[in-house]
Amino acid sequence: MTTFAEVRSRLAGTRQRRYLPLYATLALLALMYGSGVVQYEAFSDPQVVLNVFIDNGFLLVVAVGMTFVILTGGIDLSVGAVVALTTMVSATLLEGQGWPAFAVLPLVLLMGATLGFGMGCIIHYFEIQPFIVTLAGMFLARGLCYTIGTSSITIDEPFWTTMAQSKVRFGDNFISPSVVIALVVVLVAAYVLAFTRLGRNTYAIGGNPRSAHLMGLPVARTRIGVYTISGFCSALGGVLLSFYMLSGNSLHAVGMELDAIAAVVIGGTLLTGGSGFVLGTVLGVLVLGIIQTLITFDGRLSSWWTKIVIGALLFAFILLQRLITPRKQ
Amino acid sequence: MTEAILTMTGIGKEFPGVKALSEVDFRLLPGEVHALMGENGAGKSTLIKVLTGVYDIDQGSIVLDGRPVEFSGPLQAQHAGISTVYQEINLCPNLSVAENIFIGREPRLLGHIRWSTVERRASELLRRLQLDIDVSAMLGTYSIAVQQMVAIARAIDISAKVLILDEPTSSLDAGEVGQLFRVMRQLKDEGIAILFVTHFLDQVYEIADRITVLRNGRRVGEYRTAELTLIDLIGKMIGKELEVLERLEDRPKRAQEGDVPLVDARELGRKGAVAPFSLTIHKGEVVGLAGLLGSGRTEVARLLYGADRADHGQLAVDGRAVTMRGPRSAMAKNIAFCSENRRTEGLIEELTVRENIVLAMQATRGWTRPIPRRRQDELVDRYIKALDIRPANPDAPVRDLSGGNQQKVLLARWLITEPRLLILDEPTRGIDIGAKAEIQRLVAQLSDGGMAVLFVSAELEEVLRLSHKVAVLRDRHLIAELPNDDTLDVDRVMETIASGAKP
Ligand SMILES: Nc1ncnc2c1ncn2[C@@H]1O[C@H](COP(=O)(O)OP(=O)(O)OP(=O)(O)O)[C@@H](O)[C@H]1O
Ligand SMILES: [Mg+2]
Repeated sequence: MTTFAEVRSRLAGTRQRRYLPLYATLALLALMYGSGVVQYEAFSDPQVVLNVFIDNGFLLVVAVGMTFVILTGGIDLSVGAVVALTTMVSATLLEGQGWPAFAVLPLVLLMGATLGFGMGCIIHYFEIQPFIVTLAGMFLARGLCYTIGTSSITIDEPFWTTMAQSKVRFGDNFISPSVVIALVVVLVAAYVLAFTRLGRNTYAIGGNPRSAHLMGLPVARTRIGVYTISGFCSALGGVLLSFYMLSGNSLHAVGMELDAIAAVVIGGTLLTGGSGFVLGTVLGVLVLGIIQTLITFDGRLSSWWTKIVIGALLFAFILLQRLITPRKQ
Repeated sequence: MTEAILTMTGIGKEFPGVKALSEVDFRLLPGEVHALMGENGAGKSTLIKVLTGVYDIDQGSIVLDGRPVEFSGPLQAQHAGISTVYQEINLCPNLSVAENIFIGREPRLLGHIRWSTVERRASELLRRLQLDIDVSAMLGTYSIAVQQMVAIARAIDISAKVLILDEPTSSLDAGEVGQLFRVMRQLKDEGIAILFVTHFLDQVYEIADRITVLRNGRRVGEYRTAELTLIDLIGKMIGKELEVLERLEDRPKRAQEGDVPLVDARELGRKGAVAPFSLTIHKGEVVGLAGLLGSGRTEVARLLYGADRADHGQLAVDGRAVTMRGPRSAMAKNIAFCSENRRTEGLIEELTVRENIVLAMQATRGWTRPIPRRRQDELVDRYIKALDIRPANPDAPVRDLSGGNQQKVLLARWLITEPRLLILDEPTRGIDIGAKAEIQRLVAQLSDGGMAVLFVSAELEEVLRLSHKVAVLRDRHLIAELPNDDTLDVDRVMETIASGAKP
């Protein structure tokens, strides 16, 4: 019988173990997609996959921000609340105050980044657990939503409606402009992580923050930076969600932080930090989206099954992570 | 005389309950290698950390290049031209070797890191240190020794005015130390000032121009190496004469007995780690493992302990065949393993000295049967005294101890379990000369009392002083087993390694 420890030591020895979770996610995705195609004729339409992107563009952006944070070994629980706050602020400013779109957009993005920056500062300078600080941030942002209003505010500002209704076509298929924005965010993030100092310092801090400090890396700047990025991505995700829903609502994106974390983890990023890729996060989001689509196609299962499957997958991937990380006593 | 490039005056540093430094003066001249010497806990690392801004400075002033400075962290110190290798290897195991060398100062083009240049320059740099490894592999996959070389490579490449090396040679073997010294001499000729900390006295005499001795956080004095004899240096460091070493020399060598060996490995091996080898260890016998870095010393120890699974051959304990299923089964057979890698595999930094010491013993008893507090105190006190752990406070967190004292805590943990076979992998690394002699004496005492010991050390003198027989490894093969009689000396072991004679 092969023991857990043995399998682990064998896997941990392989040079390419960094990419192992990525391959696992890719295989899983292919498997799920394949089973969809086999079961349902309509599934093979490329538009099915494109719809997954359309329905999850905002989640993708939020999850990319989360990837930065988790790579440093932190966590950001405030993202869902910041998304909701962004939709609320945008909706009131556009509809209630009659602000123009070009003023609202930078303002809400700045607001998200500032919230992230503030949380990053508290986490770094007061040495408080990210879990606790961002939990407080989550309550704060949700609370702010309710002070703005408790009911849903519909948006019919022209820029927003254009973004919601226009389609980027190629052939018979299309995506929404939001998907284009989300993909740009993914590319920029992937570039930043692989080719800039900010990105590399993010990995270094996740590897060992004390070493990073002694190596003379700007730990404070980087750590605050990743929370700022996450805040910015949440706000941008909020904007995309408000394009998608054409409304602002305090109850938008409840629990989205958990979806984002799930996508990042299923995408192969280590929760302890230091290892992972944005590409993995994209795959993670796709996995979540395909599960939803499969359940919709099936039609008999309740949408709660989505949660159950995601839960099971999370377990599986966390187990996989334990297998490939080198042993620590 | 040349102007000092660095002058520290009246430095004081206090930690809660410990005065780590008081009134310390220190100066460094350009183009010299300056050794900072002292016992474990004397304050060497603290002085370095105060200088580079890791700790705030309580008293005193620092002048660098004629300007008063006070750094708020290693980054500022680096910018001002002070490049440091701290005592515990401080690199990121999840990044590639090349990246560890260049992170923070990667060659860039418009903000874009040029990875091909990074990797090319990293392997050039390592080749200058005669290290030919795959620089794109993750650092964590390499041994401690390689990691130490990588840390050194990083520091020397920063080409600073001042280079600080806090025990850089602790896990290097003679060849690598030679490479390091060659590079240090080059840098010295370029006018760089080098601060060097080590517990290897012969290395000090080989490379250092001057020596500053610290004792209990105070400066004893500054001397020219040429004018200070070894005996005087030791005297100044420990404040008294040293006699333990001599006492050990004429220790009666134990004759081999015909009884059943305690541990009998036959053709034991593991692919990629070490070729099949046979080795017996008897009760009361000290077996030394000698060999260069990467020769498979640690791998042999890990196989015997079951930290890695063997895929070849058999292992018998007390004449009965066993399969080692990891540390727990080894512990059940009363085999203890004191790892060379104290930072990641050994100590739990948040726990106190007491908790760290009783950890292994508690684990063998099972957590449902706690060791009575009185017994804990008794044991812990005994070993704090025996190993001279400082500060002698069982409730201090291990994190706050000096490097050498942490090593002693780890050693104490395994000694109190009173195993039948104790495997010591580099037990005296980073330990000062006085304590080293104490530890050697303790090991001898324990083996006289019937404990078998497998002693792994890069220091051949130490291996020879303690062992009844020496197994020599080369390129992951056990090539010879030499009884430690009067004819065996360091040169003969070296020759055996060099010639690679098969048994
Ligand atoms: N962060 C800390 N908190 C409390 N005490 C500390 C801390 N760092 C060091 N000390 C104490 O300061 C004293 C000097 O420690 P230091 O690490 O400078 O010794 P050292 O000379 O480098 O010894 P070694 O040769 O063992 O590395 C020790 O008594 C140690 O316990
Ligand atoms: Mg030290």
